[in-house]
Amino acid sequence: MIFEYLLQIFLLIGLVILAYLAIKFKDLIACAISLGIFSFILSLEFYILQAPDVAIAEAGIGAGLTTAIFIIAIHGTSRWEVEE
Amino acid sequence: MKMSKIVRTQANFLYPFILIFGFYIIAHGHLTPGGGFQGGAVIATGIALIAVAYKYNDIKKWLKKTRLTATEGIGLLAFIITAICGFGTSFFYNWLANSGLLFGDRVPYGINPGYLNTGGVLPIMNLAVGIEVLGGLGVIIVYMLSYVKEVK
Repeated sequence: MIFEYLLQIFLLIGLVILAYLAIKFKDLIACAISLGIFSFILSLEFYILQAPDVAIAEAGIGAGLTTAIFIIAIHGTSRWEVEE
Repeated sequence: MKMSKIVRTQANFLYPFILIFGFYIIAHGHLTPGGGFQGGAVIATGIALIAVAYKYNDIKKWLKKTRLTATEGIGLLAFIITAICGFGTSFFYNWLANSGLLFGDRVPYGINPGYLNTGGVLPIMNLAVGIEVLGGLGVIIVYMLSYVKEVK
């Protein structure tokens, strides 16, 4: 039981760190990849909370399709974030 | 927007495994977590992997927009025709369960111990929803890819 609590705290800290990195990076492909890892850790959290159905949907759509759509959009515009 | 050789090789290697895993989730939809929507989303992830790794001109020969739209229509038609076939009793009636035909075996009382040939009309509807979601999410990816201009 204590192991489960520790794992949940670890995953939530990882979520906060990845969300901060997605704002902080200047390379937009790195931002898209860190959002993909964010969705993957969120699906692990859903699995620990005993919702495997939601976890599969989150891993397929959040970590797979959304990252692909972001990368296609970045290829159509510029890769680096510019200071205006 | 062709990616490097590492990305292309890995996409070629992973693509059949992603497809097989998606069809596994669809086929076991009435026994284990997952179902039509989740399996279709996993298969569309495989399509997105190929679409990201290659140029649009390379993949437009075998990922045609009209064909994906037709796939979506076929899935919806199969779903609604399976529902209409139960009209002797009611709409969406499970007319195949316990009949001895396809997906019609009896299951013992309690939790299903893993017999795949059960469930009546549910596996057919899972397959129809899977085909429909595969076509719908794939056509989003291919349309988005086809309007991206080449930036040099």
